[in-house]
Amino acid sequence: MKSSHLSVFSRLSSRVTVPVAALTLAGLAATGCAPSTSDNSSDKDEKSGKLRVWLFQEVNNAPKKKVIDEAVAGFEKEHDGTEVEVAYIPIDTRAQKIKAAFNDPKSAPDVIEYGNTDTAGYVKDGGLLDISKEFGAWGDSTNIDPTAKYTLTIGGKVYGAPLFVGVRALYYRTDVFKDLGLEPPTTQDELIATAKKIRSQRSDLYGLAVGGAYTYGAMPFIWANGGDLAGEKGKFGSNEYEAAIDSANAQKGVKAYTSLFGNDNCPAAKCAQWGGNDTIEAFASGKAGMAIGGDFSRQAIEAGKVKGKYKVVPLPGVKKGDIAPAFAGGNNVGVLKSTTHRTLAVDLLQTLSGKQTQRKLYDAMGFLPTFTDVRGDVAQKDPFLKPFVKTLNDSAKFVPASPGWAAIDAQLVLPTMFQEIVSGRKNVETATKDAAKKMDEAFQQ
Amino acid sequence: MSSGTAQHARRAPAKGRRSRPGPVVPAGGRAGKGSRRGAWTPWLYLAPALVVLGGLLVYPIYQLGLISFLEYTQAQVSGGEPTTFQGFANYAELFRDGEFWNVVVATLLFAAVCVVSTLAVGCALAVLLTRVRAIPRLALMLAALGAWATPAITGSTVWVFLFDPDFGPVNKILVWFGLSGFENYSWTYDRYSAFALVLFEVVWCSFPFVMVTVYAGIKAIPTEVLEAAALDGASTWRIWRTIMAPMLRPILVVVTIQSIIWDFKVFTQIYVMTDGGGIARQNMVLNVYAYQKAFASSQYSLGSAIGVVMLLILLVVTLVYLRLLRRQGEEL
Repeated sequence: MKSSHLSVFSRLSSRVTVPVAALTLAGLAATGCAPSTSDNSSDKDEKSGKLRVWLFQEVNNAPKKKVIDEAVAGFEKEHDGTEVEVAYIPIDTRAQKIKAAFNDPKSAPDVIEYGNTDTAGYVKDGGLLDISKEFGAWGDSTNIDPTAKYTLTIGGKVYGAPLFVGVRALYYRTDVFKDLGLEPPTTQDELIATAKKIRSQRSDLYGLAVGGAYTYGAMPFIWANGGDLAGEKGKFGSNEYEAAIDSANAQKGVKAYTSLFGNDNCPAAKCAQWGGNDTIEAFASGKAGMAIGGDFSRQAIEAGKVKGKYKVVPLPGVKKGDIAPAFAGGNNVGVLKSTTHRTLAVDLLQTLSGKQTQRKLYDAMGFLPTFTDVRGDVAQKDPFLKPFVKTLNDSAKFVPASPGWAAIDAQLVLPTMFQEIVSGRKNVETATKDAAKKMDEAFQQ
Repeated sequence: MSSGTAQHARRAPAKGRRSRPGPVVPAGGRAGKGSRRGAWTPWLYLAPALVVLGGLLVYPIYQLGLISFLEYTQAQVSGGEPTTFQGFANYAELFRDGEFWNVVVATLLFAAVCVVSTLAVGCALAVLLTRVRAIPRLALMLAALGAWATPAITGSTVWVFLFDPDFGPVNKILVWFGLSGFENYSWTYDRYSAFALVLFEVVWCSFPFVMVTVYAGIKAIPTEVLEAAALDGASTWRIWRTIMAPMLRPILVVVTIQSIIWDFKVFTQIYVMTDGGGIARQNMVLNVYAYQKAFASSQYSLGSAIGVVMLLILLVVTLVYLRLLRRQGEEL
């Protein structure tokens, strides 16, 4: 009897003592025996051998692969004794994959594709190679759109080349607008009024589909009102930021966006939890009169019920004739610091992100080129692109190029802020102040 | 006093019988005056288990504790910045964060409700199993095993669909029964209804373990005891409370502790069903919070600190639970 009770308790007490002992040990040993850290820098620069490339696996990847295969074949022909191996990694797990590549330089690729909002974080992680010199010497680089260039410049140094850009504009239903006698809105106030009018006359439709977690759809409202997410401290390009989401102008934008949640447009009970894809899905399935979608949303919308019944205009700004600045999304390609083929890898990067490849990628995938001249050419041929290109050339903006942005994004700081407001938990002033506090904490890390 | 000792007594002779032929293990009473080699023998036999435990339990916990005292983010892992010792700075940061305390309270309450509901449903169905005929019993068993075998992520996705405001059958059925308030009702919008939705899923996927274990325990109770009680006119509830439950005590303790540990660490259901913590993070629980800190934003050291705090909370809760049981005067 005694032993049976002992066995339970001695087991338990060892479960207590072991972690306690481990913790104590940890404190003592912390400086002597740290967890693993990898050394990422390489000073080798071999002129032949195998180069490895990781690109994102798109939903419909075959056309992308074809373009890349052609570019790679050309590269291999020009560089004797080199072989290029391209792997397509799933977008969902790219963060883990790329982190793993930074942690294990031996199995890491030489060149990677990455989302442009991740640049600052990857640079801080010590994963990307500074290629400012080669970038400056690259003739084509003068045509690169300045916003796209900003997304890969950290502390005045260049960490890659842009592969494509993506930007959002206003999709609207031509049939609904015709039935109700509406014109595409030309100011933000008109946009909100039009949305509510659609909802009031067609209760089966959301006026403008919005989402509490659709940060990139909300940003144009903040920018159009003269606000910003964060301001750069000191001079432009310092990459040190201070949250500005609680400034008076930013609050005006937040107020305008959150006023769209309610039974008179997009009921909070449904729309508060929506992200960008949900709003596009609602529009594509014919449940919304308008939506804020990207040039890259075209395929999803064409596949839905509204095929052939929609048009796109730039998202209107506050004043008549203004365009609300839109977020310049897109992907870059970069060279990893651990590469043992520095010169070859940079050459390959220029091939992959060069004008010819970008033009072909546009033809195959609809990715907007980052070279202003190439982009102008393709927009001439496809009227669908005009509102997007106009938005990009006019007023594209970017999120803070700071490693803190990754943390802000991952901790859902902005979705939380919008959801707190639309669900009535906090008013605009308190919610934006709290969000600004969290953003500043992230910037300081 | 009853079953614990009985089991022990039953097991003891078996052990003796097996050890008798072996020359190394001295049987029973001779152990005390055995040689030095004899004193080390138990450790020799325990060694494989200890090595496995050391490798799988102590070492990871040691690493977890160690990292929680460092500044260890992605930049340190990939060599961008040096690793530095921070003392209790990560813990201080965590304890200063108001949200952390809200999450702790929500997690504890949510886990408590989950444990109680799971045990209630599991035990009730176990008793039901002993009272129905073979075919319904088989059907219930199969249904429970199906729920048990379903991966949490699949189960969560299906439950979210069942309760979908536009297409979900549950709302349609409720409206059909005349509850018109459920027309297009969004279960995930309100904090409590979102937690309730997750609770249903958690109970659904964890009651089978309780049910099967308790059912096995009930089957091991001698039928004479139950028959005697029934003859004396005891109701089902009375039989459960004064006969089955006390005899099942060791089993109930195990399933309760298991449930506490599982439900306190719930992750998949919250992550999938409430989109990673709900509207304005209203459904955040500790494990999702730790994931966000540790992996989504690469602050491994802060995530480790949360892990250590979770470990300590679980230990305290389990110890208090066992302590309370002992206070009641019964052996385990």
